[in-house]
Amino acid sequence: MKLSSGDKTLQTFIYFFLVLLGLATLYPFWNSAVISFNLGLDTAKGGITFWPRAFTLDNYKIVFQNDRIIDAFAISLLRTAAGTVISIFFTAIFAYGLSVKGVIGKKFYMIFAIITMYFSGGLIPFYLLNRELGLMDTFWVMVIPTAVSVWNMIIFRTFFMGLPDGLEESAKIDGASTFGIFFKIVFPLSGPVLATLSLFTAVYHWNDWFTATIFINDAKLYPIQTLLQQIMNSNTMSEQLSIASQGSGAATDALSRMQSVTSKSLTMATMMVATIPIVLVYPFVQRFFVKGVLIGSLKE
Amino acid sequence: MQTPVTANTAVSVPRRQKPLWRRFLAQWQVQLMIFPALIFIFIFNYIPMYGVLMAFQDYSLFKGFFGSTWAGFKHFEMFFNSPDFFRVIRNTIVISLLKLVINFPAPILLALMLNEVRNLAFKKIIQTISYLPHFLSWVIVSGFTISILSVDNGSLNISLQALGLIDKPINFLSLPEYFWGIIVTTNLWKEIGFATIVYLAAIAGVNPSLYEAASIDGASKFKQIFLITLPSITPVIIIFLILNIGSLLNAGFDDLLLLGRSAMLRDVAEVIDTYAYRIGIINNRFSYAAAVGLFKAVISVGLLTMANFLARRAGTSLW
Repeated sequence: MKLSSGDKTLQTFIYFFLVLLGLATLYPFWNSAVISFNLGLDTAKGGITFWPRAFTLDNYKIVFQNDRIIDAFAISLLRTAAGTVISIFFTAIFAYGLSVKGVIGKKFYMIFAIITMYFSGGLIPFYLLNRELGLMDTFWVMVIPTAVSVWNMIIFRTFFMGLPDGLEESAKIDGASTFGIFFKIVFPLSGPVLATLSLFTAVYHWNDWFTATIFINDAKLYPIQTLLQQIMNSNTMSEQLSIASQGSGAATDALSRMQSVTSKSLTMATMMVATIPIVLVYPFVQRFFVKGVLIGSLKE
Repeated sequence: MQTPVTANTAVSVPRRQKPLWRRFLAQWQVQLMIFPALIFIFIFNYIPMYGVLMAFQDYSLFKGFFGSTWAGFKHFEMFFNSPDFFRVIRNTIVISLLKLVINFPAPILLALMLNEVRNLAFKKIIQTISYLPHFLSWVIVSGFTISILSVDNGSLNISLQALGLIDKPINFLSLPEYFWGIIVTTNLWKEIGFATIVYLAAIAGVNPSLYEAASIDGASKFKQIFLITLPSITPVIIIFLILNIGSLLNAGFDDLLLLGRSAMLRDVAEVIDTYAYRIGIINNRFSYAAAVGLFKAVISVGLLTMANFLARRAGTSLW
């Protein structure tokens, strides 16, 4: 099909715009990566944008030798694994139970669950509850309170209800128990929805920084995102301090600026370390994410 | 229609059902799959709902929920009369509306553009790149923002200086006048790509013969977008718009906390949620913060119910 000149202009504009958008999306990653590979003292001189000027791996060496960062990374991995497995397990069996025909009390259970999508006690009672339960300063506070997701339950349930009835009925005739049907027949058939919801849950756990900020005081239990946030916070403060102290003596100013910029390189290296797991798995799981969004929005 | 009914009842002899508890015991396995989740939901969702009554108490950590004295509407009155009230409500609504006005239509435009791309490899690359920021934590995204906007050799200041637009670097992150713009842009950067997924799916469902007919009639691509594609996906747009309005008081949390933490920005950055967090968990004024949270929850439920009602009338609902 031949394009008219107006259509050609439109096409050109769209391609141009999309290339620009792509670059704008990638630039922050690129720039941060470049800073993380650049010598801190050299970064302080300014002008680092697209390419490292004084290439070094020192920032990463320091990051990987820092026990706090390594521990935080391990905590993040552990919590992502535990949080995902526990949440998906309890949510999936819940959803399956509610998808079985003739379950007594099903309607009540559904309403009981769905009400929580409308009403919530808010942050403060939730915070005090976890305190009362003795979950403060424990690893489990990052896993247990979010173990059941009503939203995921609805998606799981919709999927389970879409499975052909015949499968379960023939298994029942063969004498399979409800547990047996779920674990041997339904679960193996749920590959796509299972993968999708697991991935979303895992991303939530990897990225969540706030839970540990309010429930954990023991820095040893910080996941990487929380630790990173604290590092960044203290950097910003020292940077603002150095700006505020301008004129209070050139020497101290230069010193504090140098420190803040050196720590900037380290922060960037830590940020890269915290981002890499997501960036690495992302290309492989992208199609699941897309599918997940569409399953979710069908429900809407 | 009397006769068929009586005929039916005459044929099917009513079977005696076993008593409820017998049937319940017979399906103990299913019930056992449901119960753990119900207990979780009861503890972590229902108890805090009940706990919100502390908004009407002078809650003290030492006396606990049952030992604290009741205070009536004291904390609500304090909140309504406090100088923070106007500021926090204004920020919540302004930030929320800015996000709605700019960040809601943007992905629709992007989806329309992506749909016009004929080079599938290029389209795939742009989609892959633009979805990625959605999966980064707000900590990382705020780190990028801080780095790029930094007064100390941030890329934006470097570029603006190179272009001769400014003489001295601007401290974007601590000047209140830039804050709303930064929040909107950062959110746009993070979510614009991912939000196109639903619209692209809706566009994919448009009947191709409509385009064929239009191009035979000589309609330009531009016209086709506005006369075919856009009207075809309008129902989807309306649903999402309604749902967005339902969460109008959710102006954001992580982004505002991470980028607007400095006291200099409090006047423009603090919204109801971040205010409740600061007052409650950092300053330990639990009852007051719970009252602030409850105030928001009540209005939110109203908005959400209204939104769901509208969405139902528009043909679909949240559940």
